[in-house]
Amino acid sequence: MDNSILPYKHIQTAHCENGVATGLLRHHGLDFMTEPLMFGLGSGIFYIHIPFLMVNGGPAISYRSMPGWIFSRASKLLGVKVNRKKFSSEKEAYDYLNKQIQLGNPVGCQVGVYNLPYFPPEYRFHFNAHNLVVYGKQNGNYLVSDPVMETVTTLTEEDMRKVRFAKGPLAPNGHVYYPEDVKPVSKEHLQKALYKAIQRSAFEMIHIPGPIAGVDGIKYTARQIRKWRDKLGVRKAGLYLGQIVRMQEEIGTGGGGFRFLYAAFLEQASNYVNDDRLLKVSDDFTKAGDLWRASAVQMGRIYKGRLDDQKYYLECADMLDEISEIEKNAFKKMREIKPR
Amino acid sequence: MKKEDVPQDPSALVGVTRDVCYVKDANGKYTTDLSIGWDVKKQALDNAWDDIHERVKEAALKVKNGETSPVNYFMELKLMDLTLLSGYTGFWKWTIKRHFKPSVFKSLSESKLKKYAEAFDISVDELKKFNG
Repeated sequence: MDNSILPYKHIQTAHCENGVATGLLRHHGLDFMTEPLMFGLGSGIFYIHIPFLMVNGGPAISYRSMPGWIFSRASKLLGVKVNRKKFSSEKEAYDYLNKQIQLGNPVGCQVGVYNLPYFPPEYRFHFNAHNLVVYGKQNGNYLVSDPVMETVTTLTEEDMRKVRFAKGPLAPNGHVYYPEDVKPVSKEHLQKALYKAIQRSAFEMIHIPGPIAGVDGIKYTARQIRKWRDKLGVRKAGLYLGQIVRMQEEIGTGGGGFRFLYAAFLEQASNYVNDDRLLKVSDDFTKAGDLWRASAVQMGRIYKGRLDDQKYYLECADMLDEISEIEKNAFKKMREIKPR
Repeated sequence: MKKEDVPQDPSALVGVTRDVCYVKDANGKYTTDLSIGWDVKKQALDNAWDDIHERVKEAALKVKNGETSPVNYFMELKLMDLTLLSGYTGFWKWTIKRHFKPSVFKSLSESKLKKYAEAFDISVDELKKFNG
């Protein structure tokens, strides 16, 4: 295939899925789209601590909803269709991607990061839900806009095959996606969508059943932390705390486990719907984010080996309990915010 | 978080990219800023890597002592677990566990060894010859 560079504008965002979704919708004419709007419209804010499941030898914790959901849910609210394709054959996946480039269609690709050559080696774990945009091909290499990178980059055909067909949990199977039938979104339409998305997040965080998810999930983690030192020993407990901090602050959350990003969303949303009740809730999430970061600092003192006493673990757990309360009140307030 | 509080502690990101942080500017409005790293999470990542290196070293020692096979060693080296290795090779997890036994490993066919070598991105020779 010959050289073709599609006119796609690279954007850097905190989180890869937000970035790909925002960039693609902008490419299709929805210029108002921003990362916070995408994250909020997709009800990205969440919390879950899955018991017994281990990720890289630590607890499985997530501060966001399922991979892929943000784009799907936001698109649905905006009346946009997302075309998704997965493949069992590597050849078919290869042909399909090339075809989309030929058609002049930049597409999102789900990839594993273990074999992403431009990532720092220290970050290359077997994580398969990373996203990037392919916006062309030049001299046999794919032109790649990866939203967590400051600039665009490239991948060889072999690199691309490896990352698209990484194996294990959340295996991408060559997953390619792009928005279709994107029509202009009116202000009234967007306003309605914003209220709906806000209601959905509030409902999920407060009412999701069981003790491990939503605002209750944060307390679940707090209860676990209280047991870790005795149960696992100092070394392992430290690694577990480190895992929490990494999930919360590593590339992609915008800081404070997506809470600042959500606060930014509420601020933008309040402008669109002209409703300063949302600004007040935005402040609550800023507060929650600040406290998440304070808890990370406290956990850091433990796993750096400076503090070793059960009472410090209890302090971390207490901070998480407090965060849970702050978020619960914030989401309750959101439940009350209906269109005026 | 306020803009002036964005940590700038050199980390593995330096020279590759920077983290986007959502922060409040002087007027109390949200904006973004870029960070080259934060000591608190750098330490968490460093600890995770120390743990990995330790596990790799342990596995190498076990191979040397004849307690496990190179399959086990390379699984650790490539940050895999049984689920992942099973995904890459198509072998059942219990089959892989059997292949951890040095005696079973010695009798593996070339085609099976090739599957492991491909999963680990090494040559069959490297896999066979690893002795701790």
